[in-house]
Amino acid sequence: MLIATTIAILVTIILALVRALLGPTVYDRIAAMNMLGTKIILLISVFAFLTGRHDLLDIALVYALVNFIGIVAVLKLIEQGNLYTDGEVVNKAEDR
Amino acid sequence: MNIIDLVSWACLMSGGILGIIAGIGLNRFPDFYTRMHAAGTIDTLVAALILIGLGFQAGLSLTLFKLLFIFVFIFFTSPTASHSLANAAVLGQLKPMLDKK
Repeated sequence: MLIATTIAILVTIILALVRALLGPTVYDRIAAMNMLGTKIILLISVFAFLTGRHDLLDIALVYALVNFIGIVAVLKLIEQGNLYTDGEVVNKAEDR
Repeated sequence: MNIIDLVSWACLMSGGILGIIAGIGLNRFPDFYTRMHAAGTIDTLVAALILIGLGFQAGLSLTLFKLLFIFVFIFFTSPTASHSLANAAVLGQLKPMLDKK
């Protein structure tokens, strides 16, 4: 039954990757990568129970933290064009 | 087969099936905001179902505490990330697809 759950999660990951490759806007790709990150956390958790190595849950927890920080950082980069100002958009032409 | 295994497998299987449905919705919907709806809302439910299903198999141990910690973190950060993404799309002048008259 854990193997069936693993296969279902892998199918979901493939569908999210298709959307990440096809996505017309950059926001589609970020949504797909967000979903992919959550599914990878679940995949690591199920794999920990499948192999009986429960230490892998620590890696899943760290992956959850890194995934959220990564999504927010990429959104900030897209929204204001840089990562070092707080809220306001610096002119991109003088930025480069 | 006792009742705890049955509940655990029901949670795991419904989580897997809902995940596949979320993936199909992410591919089939016509617009960014509708895709966001499919991906962002089901994501939290799938994570909750699978982690609860695993928690029934873990029993009372440190493993259950770790699963609970992952669940609480996903439960708070996944809607936050979805809200932030939709907010960035609105601020980035991405128009939703409206009904054609």
